[in-house]
Amino acid sequence: MSAQSIYYKRKTIDYIAKTLAWLATAFGLFFLTWILWVTISKGFNAFGLHLFTQMTPPPGEESGGLLNALVGSLIMCLLAVLMAAPIGIAAGTYLAEYVNHSWIGETIRFVNDILLSAPSIVLGLFVYTLVVEPLGGFSGWAGAIALGFIVLPVVVRTTDEMIRLVPGQMREAALSLGIPQWKVNTQILYRAALPGILTGILLSLARISGETAPLLFTALNNQYWNTDLSKPMASMPAVIFQFAMSPFEYWNQLAWAGALIVTLFVLCISIFARIVLSRKKL
Amino acid sequence: MTISTTDQRVLNDGRNDRLFRRSVSVAGIFVLVSLFLAAALMFKGGWDAFQTFGFRFLITEQWDPVQREFGALVPIYGTVVTSMIALLIAVPISFGIALFLTELSPNWLRTPVSSAIELLAGIPSIIYGMWGLFILVPFLGEHVFPWVDEHMGAWPFVGVLFQGPPLGVGMGTAGLVLAIMIIPFISSVMREVFLTVPAQLKESAYALGSTTFEVVWNIVVPYTRSATIGGIFLGLGRALGETMAVTFVLGNAHRLSFSLLEPGNSIAASIANEFTEADSPIYLSSLIALGFLLFVVTFIVLSIAKLMLRSLNKREGN
Repeated sequence: MSAQSIYYKRKTIDYIAKTLAWLATAFGLFFLTWILWVTISKGFNAFGLHLFTQMTPPPGEESGGLLNALVGSLIMCLLAVLMAAPIGIAAGTYLAEYVNHSWIGETIRFVNDILLSAPSIVLGLFVYTLVVEPLGGFSGWAGAIALGFIVLPVVVRTTDEMIRLVPGQMREAALSLGIPQWKVNTQILYRAALPGILTGILLSLARISGETAPLLFTALNNQYWNTDLSKPMASMPAVIFQFAMSPFEYWNQLAWAGALIVTLFVLCISIFARIVLSRKKL
Repeated sequence: MTISTTDQRVLNDGRNDRLFRRSVSVAGIFVLVSLFLAAALMFKGGWDAFQTFGFRFLITEQWDPVQREFGALVPIYGTVVTSMIALLIAVPISFGIALFLTELSPNWLRTPVSSAIELLAGIPSIIYGMWGLFILVPFLGEHVFPWVDEHMGAWPFVGVLFQGPPLGVGMGTAGLVLAIMIIPFISSVMREVFLTVPAQLKESAYALGSTTFEVVWNIVVPYTRSATIGGIFLGLGRALGETMAVTFVLGNAHRLSFSLLEPGNSIAASIANEFTEADSPIYLSSLIALGFLLFVVTFIVLSIAKLMLRSLNKREGN
């Protein structure tokens, strides 16, 4: 083979690879736009104020909204964050400040990373055996706890990372002034790491607001208005799941409207979280 | 004897320090304990099924709530096959995206494209499921599956994979949806590790006259091999446990079939579909046992991913 033909062969391979890389990117973006477009167009068709003022309808009915599901989701998500975020921040502090380089810190980090990527349905089953079975029934509490176990590892990880990013001089300066360790932690490190920690909490909120699997057998679902956490509770994802899988046209429409609301909520929070984080860098 | 205010403060601070340390260490231990508690409780919940069916649970395909005979072969097979399809599609695509973002893209396009791909990871899985069921399934059923059945179904040996009714639901569809879902995870890890390759290495290769593809294939890929594999395993962990999207498009059939066009089942989809319908303790226990299996498998896969990605962290100096 002449030098010329080797050169052309290499050039051709390079062109093919580059074209394929462009195509791969186009493939990803194509599906993103397709999915978002379908969600937005189908969701808008069914959109209206009635979604926020009426309860979920019984089968076959042609009116009704998503009010109880929205409220249920809101309650359980907020409760999950309220329960898990303090524990997560504390555990993250422990990792970053007390056991940073020891084997116990590494073990907890490893376990936390596994929890972070563990299938959410497995966490749901865990909470079923932990809460639902002993208490003898599905409940809003169980749903909130299941979501809490999804929030926890996210908050632990971001807190740990953000506190470790705080320059060592700041700790040393504070300690040399005679400030006790707990005050250094709460009043200096937390303040410096706050935007990062908040971002972590927001991202975890975005993640749980679309989570379905862990709610299916913890909070179950509820067709009626309910704010009693000891009873089964409706949630957006569970209602969307039920309505989308049903043969009723109106239910399907409501499911699309719900999907749009959840997607918009998740995207808004993610964007907001990015803004919070980027402000820190200024 | 009275103690001075300074002494009092020292005492108080010491006490508060110990209190603070104790409460944060309790939280740290809580994280540690919860994973093991999860494993233990699910093992206990599935014990009934493991004891009744023994090893048969893993290798029989019968799933009969009426006779109370449960074998997990079909869901296990479905989980493995859909995840493999997902990886087959997602790995090359993610590699292409990472290549595009690190080597080819003009600067102004880089941030928008990478944020858009990451957006794909933020969409809740139930949205993927609905899109799959209402849009992708009819499309595949009408336009793609009949063609596949007609043209590829006759291939020797592998033809059996591509025969079946044009329903649109099935393991092939589930694999495709899973692939789209894990692309952002794999591609973002790949992009990150590609960026860790020292510029001198790449520039030396360019200076010797290498093409872009040769630089990536001969310098970047070998340099980042283990971390790249770690990223792929991370994606695999996602695919194995993904529930809602798969539940929508898999068809929930408890029958073993090799065709990718036939409805199937997966571990996560079985649990999601049947958990609240389980009417006997052994049925419930079998489902929890399935969950335990999934937990163990993802634990192993994610551990491998972590180990593979460790080299990346070392290189970054963490």
